[in-house]
Order: sequence, then structure tokens, then C-alpha cells
Amino acid sequence: MTTMPLAAEEHELRVAHHEESHVAHHEEEHDRAGINRMGLWLFMASESMLFFAMAAARLYLNGFNGPDKGEVNIGLGLVLTVILLASSWLGYQATGAIERGNRRRAMTALLLASLLGIVFIGGVAVEWRTAEFSQNSPFGTAFFSMTGLHVFHLVTGLIGLLLAANLLRRGQFGPGDHWGITAVVRYWTFVDVMWLAIVFPMLYLL
Amino acid sequence: MTIAAAGTPPATRRPSAIRGFFPILRGLLFAVIGGLIGAGIAIAIRSAMGVDPFDRTPSANGTIPSTEQIVTVAFIVAALGWLLGVGFWESTVRGWLGYQIKGVPTDWRRYLTVSEDHKVIGIQYLATFIVVLLIAGLGAMTMRAQLSQPGNTLLSPDTYNRIMSFHGIAMVSVAVASVMGSFGNYFVPIMIGARDMAFPRLNSLSFWLVPIVIVSLFLSQLLGGWDSGWTAYPPLSVKNASGQIMFNLAIIVFGLSSILGGINFIVTIVKMRAPGMSWGRVPIFVWSVFSAAILATFFTQFFAASLTMVLLDRIAGTGFFVGQGGAPLLYEHTFWFYSHPAVYIFVLPGFGMALEVLAHLSRKPLFAYRWAVAAFIGIVGLSGIVWAHHMFVSGMPNALLGPFLVTTELISIPTGLIFLSALGTIWMGRLWLTTPMLFALGFVFNFVIGGVTGIFLADVPTDVSLHDTYFVVAHFHYTIIGGEIFALFAAFYFWFPKMTGRMLSERLGKINFWIMFIFFNLTFLPMFWAGLHGMNRRIATYQNDLANVNLFISISAWILGSSFLVFVINVLWSLLSKRAARAEANPWKARTLEWLVSSPPPVENFPSTPIVVGSPYGYGTGGRPHAVFGLAGASDEEVTA
Repeated sequence: MTTMPLAAEEHELRVAHHEESHVAHHEEEHDRAGINRMGLWLFMASESMLFFAMAAARLYLNGFNGPDKGEVNIGLGLVLTVILLASSWLGYQATGAIERGNRRRAMTALLLASLLGIVFIGGVAVEWRTAEFSQNSPFGTAFFSMTGLHVFHLVTGLIGLLLAANLLRRGQFGPGDHWGITAVVRYWTFVDVMWLAIVFPMLYLL
Repeated sequence: MTIAAAGTPPATRRPSAIRGFFPILRGLLFAVIGGLIGAGIAIAIRSAMGVDPFDRTPSANGTIPSTEQIVTVAFIVAALGWLLGVGFWESTVRGWLGYQIKGVPTDWRRYLTVSEDHKVIGIQYLATFIVVLLIAGLGAMTMRAQLSQPGNTLLSPDTYNRIMSFHGIAMVSVAVASVMGSFGNYFVPIMIGARDMAFPRLNSLSFWLVPIVIVSLFLSQLLGGWDSGWTAYPPLSVKNASGQIMFNLAIIVFGLSSILGGINFIVTIVKMRAPGMSWGRVPIFVWSVFSAAILATFFTQFFAASLTMVLLDRIAGTGFFVGQGGAPLLYEHTFWFYSHPAVYIFVLPGFGMALEVLAHLSRKPLFAYRWAVAAFIGIVGLSGIVWAHHMFVSGMPNALLGPFLVTTELISIPTGLIFLSALGTIWMGRLWLTTPMLFALGFVFNFVIGGVTGIFLADVPTDVSLHDTYFVVAHFHYTIIGGEIFALFAAFYFWFPKMTGRMLSERLGKINFWIMFIFFNLTFLPMFWAGLHGMNRRIATYQNDLANVNLFISISAWILGSSFLVFVINVLWSLLSKRAARAEANPWKARTLEWLVSSPPPVENFPSTPIVVGSPYGYGTGGRPHAVFGLAGASDEEVTA
């Protein structure tokens, strides 16, 4: 506990800081970055349970009714998967760029990642339009609800990416202060992982 | 919310506080406007898709999809409007958009907007859930009026079912959030020596989602209410009145609140303990909230998923539970996968609270502290593999009966350890029989009955005949009222002086306890007998030969209900009377951190970061204090010991 002798001094600073600003008064001596990271990981772990529940529903309906598979376009599914992976890769390019202080490159990467997200949503819309199974069938139930849940998460991630891009444009974030971008990119990747690990295998491969 | 954590620009000057007219009124106004906008969006989308927006033809399920789609979209937009109106526009969304965010007023009005102080949020939770508890209790009183004689025509069967359903879910929400949300929020940060929760703004969001839930449950009555109980099993919940979708949407929002709260508690307890607050020195109440928070974070999604599936069956025409391949048992599995762990979310903080009070007011160290902690962790571990004991008569495969019987019975091992800890703590102690201590002892007594009768429900042969009888009703009321609500009252009487700086009347407190304890037992003990004699749950009448016992139960229940009036009078008198005694910093002479600061605690909680140097329960051992402020009392070895 080498930091101990600093505690009193730190308190003085903290009180002074507190007088100045009510908003920032929670940012104190704790490991703020670690707290943020842990919160985000727990949130993603919790959200993944929602996808597990839907996967359980898909498997249960499959077991209840016997194997059921609608005519899905696996080619389109693969293309969508690649688009999503590329989008995630671009997200990480944005994080790397802002770490090195390259704001322009970070901006480009964020916008391209969002664009690919929109293309993905368009692809799912095509799947929905061309589906030849009813949403009432066991496969259709799983297909529309799982892709719908995934697109819902994708839209929230997209809003996050665009908000981060806007904040970047307004001059926030820098090499030592880019949690906002890191967080939305990590969430964006989480949504990709849910597609790759649960939605795609459960609907296209099972 | 993730952006806001970093997106908050460093404030260079004191930001202006949230102004405008009353945030709650503005929230309501925005909710109404949002509801209208949402309805408009739904109507526009339906028109754009080329279907009649107001189509009244019933679906195959007998519901009206157009109404329910419009209600769903209106609900979502109204909920967003409420949140923006009540203060999140100024406190959060402006920051997301890159503008200066605004603070919260520091006077009494902070209780009516999005305050980020965990103590304010704790009091907001407490006040809200006491009101919900009393309203849901009135529901119970009404049901007992109906059941006071067989064939009573006071309520129609449909009204009875709706009141029963409302009572169920409202009490479940009280059970989930009253101890955790109020006392957890108020005291966990103080007990671990932190200044606030890890995510204060998220904390206020957790609370301000709750009014959406409560108002929606009332509004759902305008759409015919719902009669499917708090469990909302399909196929009934896919086919009944449209009030059901308000229930589903409201409880999804409640789940979100619960998950965000759970994450907040976990991060706070892991990351923000004061120097020297090792895991072996964390007060047992904090451990219990930590365990319950893990359950809330990881299991609540399954309830949300179940309710979403029902919702999709109603508004999007999917076939999870009805139609050609629908499987209603799927709902029971996903529902109980959350809802059995949920009972541990109810009761673990109750256990922690009772152990806390027993240790402090027996003037003895908590007996078998490490075993009690192990028991909490053990219950968390086991809770995920016991859910199907609710489904022994559901028609699930017989192969599942044995395993779930065994895992369920295993739960009695960690629960037994907690009892061992409670009994060992009071054994040979110098019990200080104040009101909180009486409630904690009442908890121990009641929970034994609740726990032992649970064994009959875990065993398949007995459960097959006891399922859906009043035996089950008596059992879970013993665990939830006799357990958690008694612990809630112990917590309330124990911590009220700290939260308000005023003492409650001991005399009224003891009257409150004895009426509640005696008539609680007189209400629910006979229900075991009624259940054994075949009285069914969830039904507005019963066979004639149970008339006497039911009249007895009803009268006891009304007296039990009246004990809450004593409680309300006690609280109001203490808060409003000039003669009520002021609380000193440590009226119970307890050792944990919250008692080392003034009553109520200052905004920053502590004058300086506390340094924890000893056990929270070192009564009579002549050892070190639990914590010191400043460096005078602590050497390096002590801090790291």
C-alpha cells in the first residue's frame, strides 16, 4: 500500500475538485478505466444470455417438432458474415488510429464500419423479404426472432458508432482519452460475435 | 451509456442545474407525447405496409394484432419520453451529443429528478417500494375478502384473477428491488468505504425505469388487465386481453432495471473497496448483495427473453407457443430458468441483512463468517440447475424429475450453513432485543418453516399432490414475507436512524413486530392445512368444508395488514413530530463503516478515505476497530493484513 501517505493529500484535491464540479465528482481515485471495462464486459456477458435463451428456444422448437430448416440463402449469409467481420476490423482500426492520435483515420474507419453495418441490415432485409417460410413455422419463428434481435442490437451499436463519430468531430477523444470509441467498438464486436457464434450457426448451419 | 462514461467533457465551471418545471411532471408530459408519437409511427408503418392500421379482425389467437402493435410502439417511445423528460436529457443525452451536461439541484428537489447520489437513489427506491408494497397488500386484503366464504360473489372470477395477478407481480417487484435497491444502494457503497456506486448515472437510470413499470401495470387495466398471474404462462398469455402486452413490456423494462443494477453492484463491490477492505472483511450484507447481483445480471435475460417470445407471438405472428409447432413448455423452462434464481435474488439480501443485525445486536462476532460466504456462493452456483422443480407436473420428460429433485434438495446444504451461522451468532450472545433484532429473529423462525416445507415441494412424490395447492402458497409466503419482508423491516428499523437522523419509536416498533409476527403465522400456517385438504391456488372459491379455516385466515390476514398501519404511523410520527428523538451517529453501537459517520451521512460519505484495519464483527474480542480515518491508527501491515 505505497499510495497510503497520499490519501490525505488526495482528499484535499478531491474536495477542491468537488467544489468546482458536481458533474465530475464521481471520477475520483478509483481505477476508472478498469471500472468502465468491467462494467462493459458484464453488460455484454448479460446480453449474451439473451442470445443463449433464443438459441435454447431454437433448439427446443427443433427438438419438439423434429428437424426443421427453411430455405435460407447460405451464400448471402456468408457474404453478410464477411461484411460484419470487416466492419469489426474497421472498428478496431478506429481504436488504433485514435490511440496514435490520427483523428482523421479514426473518423474514416468509424464511418466505414457504420456503413458496413447499414449494408448488413439491408442484407437481412433482403432475407426477410425473400423468405419463403411463414413466420409461424418453427423455423420461421426462430429465424425472424433471432435475426430481429440481432438487428436490434446492431442498430443500438450503430447509434453508438455514430454518436462516437460525432463526438470525435466535435474534438473529443485523444490518444489517452478514447474510452467512448473503445467501448462502442467493443460492443460492436460483441454484436458480431453473437452473429458468428449463435445466430448464423443456429439458422444457417443447423 | 458507455459513451457517456468518457464522453463527459471535463467541467471547467459549475454546470447549471436541471431547471424547467417539475421533472416528474415534465416526464409524464413527455411520456404522453411520446406515446402519441409512437402510436403515430405504428399507424404510419402499418399504412405503408398496405394494411388497415385499425384492423379489428381478431387473429387466430383471438387477439387484435393492430391494437397491440400500436400499443407496443407507443409504449417504447413513451418510455423514452419519460426518461428524457425526467432529467436524462440534461444529465446524459446532451453529453452523448457533445454538449455540456447539467447537474442536479442540491435541495429537496434532488429526490424528484435524476440524482446520481447513491443515498438519494436508495431513498427513492425505498419510498417507491413501500408504496408498492402497501398497494399490493391492499390487493391481498381484497382477495382475502373474496375468500372469506366459499362461493362469495364480492368479486367476479375475472376480477379476482386480475387482482391476484397484480398482487403477484407487484409483490415480486417489491421482493426483487426493495432490499437491494433501497438498502443495497444506500449502504453497500458506505459499508465498503466508497463514495458512490461505480456508475452513478446508470444507477439513477435503474431507478427511473421503475415508475414506467408501475404505471404500466396500472394502465394495463384499461386494456382489460391480465389474468395469467405473475408467471404469465402461454398459451393463456398469448390469447387473453390486451392488458397482457403492457405486462410483458413493463416487466421487460423492470428486468433491464434489475440487470443494470446488478452490474453496478458487482463492479462497485469488486473495484471500489476501501484500502484494507479485503474480501474477508467485507460485511456479510455486502456479500449477500454481491451474490444476488450476480444472479440478477446473468439470469434476468431469460425472463426478458420469455416475455419477448410471448410478445412476438401476439404482435408479430410467430409461433413459439401457439400454432402449428408451438411448444408452451419452452416458456416454462426459460421462465423458471430466471424465476427460480429470482427467489434467491429476493432472499439472499434478506439473509445478509438478518445476519448483519444478529451479529451487531448480539454483540458477538458473526459465527462461521467464511461458511456463510461460501453458502452464498454455493446458492449462486446451484440456483441455475434447479428450475424444473416448478414443472414436476407439467408433462416434461420423466427423466428430468430425479435430477431436479436432487439438485433442489442440495440447496438445503448452503441454506443450512446460513442458519448455522445465524444460530451460532445468537448462541450465548447478549441479545439486545430492539425492534430490528426482533424482526431478524422472526426472520430466522419463519424461514425455518418456509425452508422445511420446501422439502415436500422438492420431492416429486409429495409435490405431485401438493402442486398448485395452498400448501405452495403458504410455503412461498413463509420464505418471502416471513423471510425477506421481515428482513426488510429489520433493515428498515436498523438503518432508518442512519438514513434520516431520527429515531423510530421503539414502543410502536415492538407493537408492529408482535402483531406482524403473530398474525403472519396465524395467516399462513393454516394455509398449509387448507392446501393439504385440497384447496387450489389462483381460484376465487373453494369447497364448502374449508369455510371455517378460510374465514380464520381472512381475519388474521386483515389484522396482519393493519400492522402496516402501525408501521406507517411510526415512520410519519418520527419524520414529522418535533418530539421525535434525533439519532446520534451510532445508536446501536455497531462497528461497520456506516456507523462511523454522522446520521445522515455527509454527501461525500466520509471525511477522508477510510482505512480498514479489522473485522466488522470484532465484538468483545478487544481487537482493532473495523476502520480508521487518516493514518494515525494504521500501520502498513495492518492495512494489508
